[in-house]
Amino acid sequence: MGATGKLARQDRLRAITLLSPAYLWLTVAVFLPLSAMVCFSFLSDVPFGGREWHLTLANYGAFFQTTTYAKLFWKSLELGFIVTLLCVVIGFPCALVLAKTIRGRAREALFLLVILPFWSNSLVRIFSWAILLRGNGVLDLAVNAVLPFDVRVNLMFSKTAIVIGLVHSYLPYVILTAYLALQAIDDSLIEAARSLGAKKHTILWRIILPLSVPGLTAGAVLVFVPVVGSFMEPRILGGRVGTYYGTVIEDQFVAVFNWPLGAALSFILLAVVLLILALASPVLKRVQT
Amino acid sequence: MNARLWTFAGRAYLAVILVFLYAPILVMAVMSFNASEFYQLPFRFSTQWYQALAGNGEILAASWRSVWIAALVSVIATALGSAASIALYRYAFYGKTILRLLLFPPIAIPWLITGTAMLIFFFGIGLDRGTPSVIIGHVALALPYVIIVVSARLTSFDHTLEEAARSLGASPWQVTRAVIIPWIAPGIIAGALFAFAVSFDQFVVSYFLSEPGDATLPVLIYTAIRKGFTPEINAISTIIIVFSMGIMLLVARFFAFGGKR
Repeated sequence: MGATGKLARQDRLRAITLLSPAYLWLTVAVFLPLSAMVCFSFLSDVPFGGREWHLTLANYGAFFQTTTYAKLFWKSLELGFIVTLLCVVIGFPCALVLAKTIRGRAREALFLLVILPFWSNSLVRIFSWAILLRGNGVLDLAVNAVLPFDVRVNLMFSKTAIVIGLVHSYLPYVILTAYLALQAIDDSLIEAARSLGAKKHTILWRIILPLSVPGLTAGAVLVFVPVVGSFMEPRILGGRVGTYYGTVIEDQFVAVFNWPLGAALSFILLAVVLLILALASPVLKRVQT
Repeated sequence: MNARLWTFAGRAYLAVILVFLYAPILVMAVMSFNASEFYQLPFRFSTQWYQALAGNGEILAASWRSVWIAALVSVIATALGSAASIALYRYAFYGKTILRLLLFPPIAIPWLITGTAMLIFFFGIGLDRGTPSVIIGHVALALPYVIIVVSARLTSFDHTLEEAARSLGASPWQVTRAVIIPWIAPGIIAGALFAFAVSFDQFVVSYFLSEPGDATLPVLIYTAIRKGFTPEINAISTIIIVFSMGIMLLVARFFAFGGKR
């Protein structure tokens, strides 16, 4: 008994030695800052440089007193819904084709090709759309070269441009999660349904879709959350119409320097994000591989 | 509809998606070799914008800064992350589930929130903006990815190997060093490359944490874009995208993204 007790203690010591550097780092760089942000959101002014400050609810009051911030928040949520919906609708068939009709090395290569852009620089990819979409840009010239009549294609600085850029950014995410879910579906299940006389759409609606719901939910959450908090994409592709909740938070920190208000706005966003993650967590747990 | 037609439609759809994903990047790359400053056609081949880059001290300095920060972040995150993964795998202890769950906030919370929170905290403790803050932030963002990638590799570890080593008299440390680490080496390499890419491509957190004087490359590009587009940005962007896609291809060599091998 004494020997095993000692062994367990040694094991515990080893585990702590191996784990603590990583988790201490996460604590200092993520968890303490998030807590600090929450505290900060209740201050009247920054507590540095000898400024006067006191505890206040005014920063949250600002969100609720005028409709400005609530409207922007809604605008960002709406953007999140549109982009997520488009990503799911466009991405699912793509994952289905990849997972169920293509085999072997070709599938591996195509899958890699689809998700490769996702892991490359997002800022640069947004910038590349700016070159494509601007008036007198490449898309404009291409369309006019094909059509006999003159049209002006200038999608730049519009909501359409922002949506296109964001869908382009996050589409691979949905394809990835949907593909993983589809790959886990046993082919013999589909075979069985077919041999029992099920039609193609019956198989799709009754077997494939229900079984890929966890994967699709994971993908949807992973798209929705960052899109609601996006600011770089609306700034570059939206120009003057690109004022969203995220850009307002950015402004508080880099332009207006009202950090307590920025912290409060950030925290409201964080609360909504955590709520969404909590709601989706039963489904998300099922896809953890 | 017959099966042949369905297959064809499927392939065509996949092709359209790939065009959508790659067309803007290709257009950007092609335009970076266009002589016209205003992206005008007809296309005339020129490498002048790349030559201009070579003379742009600001961009060169930012590129170098981005690369060495990413290398340092990769080393730190891989060391800490691999150690943590081994502990999470080897030892049974209370609270493991919570430790695993704690990996998700840095990934799942929008970087805008994490970045601004870091800015507030680092400023508050007197660390201020600047490269040290950027490095601390990047390591925290890269750590969960390293742990997830290395842990995924560890789950495929064959227990009988460990038992064999133990029965031959190996100590726990010897087992770790001579059996487990060689087995997870591909995972560690993939994790290190992943961490490098996370840091090198990171924009949002760097944006809030870096000082105007010593910005990383993505931050510099963002500032430049907001002033107006120039072919020089095209050129450096093309280099970045080729570079970061190259790294991810290397990662894929060591780590299948959940796909079966």
